[in-house]
Amino acid sequence: MPRKLPGKDVVIIGLGWTGSILAHELTAAGLDVVAIERGPWRDTATDFPPSYAPDELRYRLHHELFLRPAQSTLTFRNNPSQTALPIRTWGAFMLGNGAGGAGVHWNAETWRFLPTDFTLRSHLTQRYGAAFLPEDMTIQDWGVTYDELEPYYDRFEHLCGTSGTAGNLRGVIQEGGNPFEGPRSRAYPTPAQKQPFSHTLFAQAAREMGYKPFPQPSGNLSQAYTNPLGVTLGPCTYCGFCEWFGCGNYSKASPQTTILPVLVRQPNFEARTECEVTRILLDSTGKRATGVVYADTSGEEWEQPADIVLLCAFSIFNVWLLMLSGIGERYDPQTGRGHIGRNFSHQTVSSAIGFFDRRKFNFNPFIASGAIGMCIDEFNGDNFDHSKLGFVGGGYMGQVQSNGRPMETTPVPPGTPLWGPEWKRAIRDNYLSTVFAGAGVHGSCYSYRGNYLDLDPTYRDRFGRPLLRLTMDLHENELKMSAFLTDRYAEIIQRMGATQVVKQPRKGPYSIVDYQTSHICGGAIMGSDPGSSAVNPWLQSWDVPNLFVFGMSAFPQNAGYNPTNTVAALAFRTAEAIRTQYLKNPGPLVHA
Amino acid sequence: MRSGVLLAAAVLGLAITAARAAQDKQNFTIIERGRYLALLGDCAACHTEPGSGQAFAGGRPIETPFGTVLAPNITPDRDTGIGAWTDDEFVDALQKGVGRGGVHLYPAMPYTYYTRATREDVLAIRAYLATVAPVRHAVVSNQLPFPFDIRASMLAWNRLFFSPGRLAPTPAKSAEWNRGAYLVEGLAHCGMCHTPKNFLGGDETSQHLKGNVVQGWYAPDITDDARRGLGGWSVDDIVAYLRSGHNRIAAASGPMAEEVTRSSAQMDESDLRAIAVYLKDQPGGEEHAAPLAVDDARMRTGSAIYADECSACHTPNGGGIAGLFPALNGAPAVQSADPTSLIRVVLQGAQSAATPAAPTGPAMPQFAWLLDNAKVASVITYIRNAWGNAAPPVSIERVAAERHRLSRRAD
Amino acid sequence: MAGIARRRLLTTTAWLLCGAASARAMTVKGALPWAPGEADPPQPARPGPWVFFTPEEGADVEALADRLIPPDPDTPGGRDSGCAVFIDRQLAGAYGSYQGYYMRPPFQDGSKEQGMQSPVTPAQRYRAALAALDKHCRAAFAGKPFAQIPDDQKDAIIRGLESSSLQLDGSSGRAFFELLLKDTQHGFLADPIYGGNRDMAGWKMIGFPGARYDYRDWVERHNEPYPRPPMGIEGRPAWTPPRSQ
Repeated sequence: MPRKLPGKDVVIIGLGWTGSILAHELTAAGLDVVAIERGPWRDTATDFPPSYAPDELRYRLHHELFLRPAQSTLTFRNNPSQTALPIRTWGAFMLGNGAGGAGVHWNAETWRFLPTDFTLRSHLTQRYGAAFLPEDMTIQDWGVTYDELEPYYDRFEHLCGTSGTAGNLRGVIQEGGNPFEGPRSRAYPTPAQKQPFSHTLFAQAAREMGYKPFPQPSGNLSQAYTNPLGVTLGPCTYCGFCEWFGCGNYSKASPQTTILPVLVRQPNFEARTECEVTRILLDSTGKRATGVVYADTSGEEWEQPADIVLLCAFSIFNVWLLMLSGIGERYDPQTGRGHIGRNFSHQTVSSAIGFFDRRKFNFNPFIASGAIGMCIDEFNGDNFDHSKLGFVGGGYMGQVQSNGRPMETTPVPPGTPLWGPEWKRAIRDNYLSTVFAGAGVHGSCYSYRGNYLDLDPTYRDRFGRPLLRLTMDLHENELKMSAFLTDRYAEIIQRMGATQVVKQPRKGPYSIVDYQTSHICGGAIMGSDPGSSAVNPWLQSWDVPNLFVFGMSAFPQNAGYNPTNTVAALAFRTAEAIRTQYLKNPGPLVHA
Repeated sequence: MRSGVLLAAAVLGLAITAARAAQDKQNFTIIERGRYLALLGDCAACHTEPGSGQAFAGGRPIETPFGTVLAPNITPDRDTGIGAWTDDEFVDALQKGVGRGGVHLYPAMPYTYYTRATREDVLAIRAYLATVAPVRHAVVSNQLPFPFDIRASMLAWNRLFFSPGRLAPTPAKSAEWNRGAYLVEGLAHCGMCHTPKNFLGGDETSQHLKGNVVQGWYAPDITDDARRGLGGWSVDDIVAYLRSGHNRIAAASGPMAEEVTRSSAQMDESDLRAIAVYLKDQPGGEEHAAPLAVDDARMRTGSAIYADECSACHTPNGGGIAGLFPALNGAPAVQSADPTSLIRVVLQGAQSAATPAAPTGPAMPQFAWLLDNAKVASVITYIRNAWGNAAPPVSIERVAAERHRLSRRAD
Repeated sequence: MAGIARRRLLTTTAWLLCGAASARAMTVKGALPWAPGEADPPQPARPGPWVFFTPEEGADVEALADRLIPPDPDTPGGRDSGCAVFIDRQLAGAYGSYQGYYMRPPFQDGSKEQGMQSPVTPAQRYRAALAALDKHCRAAFAGKPFAQIPDDQKDAIIRGLESSSLQLDGSSGRAFFELLLKDTQHGFLADPIYGGNRDMAGWKMIGFPGARYDYRDWVERHNEPYPRPPMGIEGRPAWTPPRSQ
């Protein structure tokens, strides 16, 4: 039996971006908040200072900052005819761990979704007709609109100090920004980062081809910035050790560099680290969460009662905890009933490698930042006419190469032997003069009836809990989209002056081995109808109204952008709803 | 004449009412005044054991040049605290260094400074302390080795180094300046750390506020010295630093970070400004050093280490980032006569003050694991002599000694 | 490494026992945790004898590494750049035992999309494969181990492993080839603190400046060679004062 602790107003599961945002907003409202974090406490000067942060072997190859699969993992299969097998080491996506969560090791690309992304099914149906969509595609509207979310995008960008060039200021298109973005109420808090050679060359080629290139919005800051909480970030130094790495000089927006210094000072806040929540407790009616049970490092279990439970773990672990706690009805792909586990999705990324004449081009690929890059958005979402293309969706594309770390970024031309003198010569001759962004094309991934999460019948975690099971494959719509976008991308790389362009469109089947961003989403999706969603537009559980579920698990499908800004905006919006509505009248914020 | 009257009012504060009301436990004006004065005097710094949660209950070890003393319990507990003390006994302790029953206090207690405060201010502190929670906590203060354990030896010490009594106002200076003097030389006891001590631990009065090693840190020169002191700081810079722990040049760490978070961050703006005005009027020394030649071997290696390990935060020209990474270029802390703090910060890192006005609290990572003594000596010598800075080089032996000392420190 | 010891101590003492009714947990409250000297730096590979390999295994891996990355007039090969030392230290550490991997049974073969499903750790794979390779070479080359056969024969054997045309006794030749190739290339390009990439030879060859953290001065110097030499986590020669000091 877990030993019972004194109750709190709020218990937060996971102290990443959403946990930090919620903890700060709710302690400010006077609530007594405890955050329970599975991983260790992490801080800049002790965990990733500039002297040893730039270590590709330790952080990239050996996954130092990430969750150990030995602690928690999931199983995977492409379809129900296969036996799912455990993901024994991370590949397709990387799952964070510890205070700051994925906010420690992200690249800090800080995009907003398009207005039509939030009304996707209505929009596509209206424009192309219902029959245009594949029969098993289960995309839906979010239950929240871009305009409703805009103030909270703005808040997150100003929390982070995001560097960028506005493209649409209150409806007026701005030169140099993304003309396709939804209207923003304010310009970015800091100007765009400087761009290295290849990134600049991409923009030039794209412009010559009639596109409208713009700098990728970046949480690696172009200049020092003090956010509205009074926390100061430094300027990015373009070290090229960003994604997978903690930032050593306080220049990448993360909970550590934006919220935690203020949060820990709140007398009504405390964090318990290296404590893993094993389940959410419900009362006898099953309609009310009473707290959580967690295990400390010795394995001893504790019960933390609370009036409000905020599920702020990484997306799939939110879904897992809901299933393990018996909250909501689990999705059944045969019948289509149930919502917990439904609409899992990822990101359809692809690229084209450009090999250039080394006598003319020296790109110094190691000079970069996580969110450096010049992009175009002509082929994202429904910014282009799909009616003759036979697919829906799209993505941004750009020269977004974030590093020249040699163990992972030494591409060689096709036909080069894997070893021996030719390989050695090839890495020497191509390292400085190759353009290679792993996610140069950052495509959407829509949801399907057969892509879902449930519990594995065989494999268990260290506490004996069944692992989450992922059933996922890529569908023709996404493969067609990837082929089309990769072709467009390769044309630009060619235009830059490449002597050889190697296209790498996404190919099926979906593999758990190749990295495809960590943007895995769905499983506890939001919506305005309890008949087709797990949480309401305030991320409040339809089944248990004092439980809120944050993060990408709420995405009904994935757009062609990086998700963090949207995740954070939804979190800010819900925090405000809890403060201004829920606390006055605890109960459902939307009546089903 | 007129300024003299204003001045007296400024210094005396609520003197008249304080005298009458000190015993009145309902006089919240006096108690609040006392709370503020206790904060100015940073009583809690020494008299509260960190992490104990027992304010003013004593027990914190205080390092002196002769050994360690434990700060006594000053809660109103009648047996182990000061609850049974009379007002006169309290005033004598603060202003004459004589405790109850005539025992002489060690000058770790800044009575040599508190003697400058008015009796009324002292009694206001007393009134405040009478309201804190009494804690039963017996502390044996005297932990010193012979002969310093003999408290009577303090009699002779006092004769040499203690000049009791109030500070005479300086009519030629502004009320603000005089308020600053009252604070700096009195309750705020800045010289306790910042004035060099002679071999017996008395203030070197000729070196007033010109820097001193305390608790294994160098408390820098806070006169208006152009290179080593506050010459390059404006009054606003000093106020910002005391208020937030940070300004465009420096970040408070070590004992000064404690002082800022516990004391000066909570001081009234007018008092911070008065302190700054007074400090800016303290004369600095002569120009001391010429920079080392850039082709000096230590400068060359130091420059390489700096470019590779330091510039990503402190910037290539040593300019720093305001509020985050201290400037090294032109910084008094970098060009100080004594490199103790510099070596310490490089070897074991430092966390800067986090305050309501500057909550970031960035930390410098430690480099002891990476840089051997020669490399530490080179890089510190370099930053002390680059970009127009000038200060004596730091020897490898000096770094070795500091590394050895730090390995024996618990803090 | 006093800092590491202190870190451990800090973590231990931070486990507060807050009374019978309360949890044991590292609690963060009031201020950002920090302690002097606290750090978590990498563990450098120490010079000296083999740690994981036997001398014979070490010699074979050096010979293999020197064929996978052969020396040329400008740049040393896999052996002289320390790839075998790198692999040796890695196999003796967390990587060798797949520490942190999910290694619970049952193990069964899956599709390639399902990723690594073998219970065999890198340390076990090297041990078994090197023994089998040694047996094969001694049988085929008159008692000579891999390290002592002619280079063209070495290359033929590696090609055999790569193409699966050469089967090793009781061990997958192709799986060993893939592991060895990846580890050798990593040894050539990882930070020299781990024993490979000696004198930053791999980085110098391709033009990577290493563990640098500040390129603000060069981000807009388009198409200009980066001027500073590479540095490792432990620095570079210019950090060491001349001997006369």
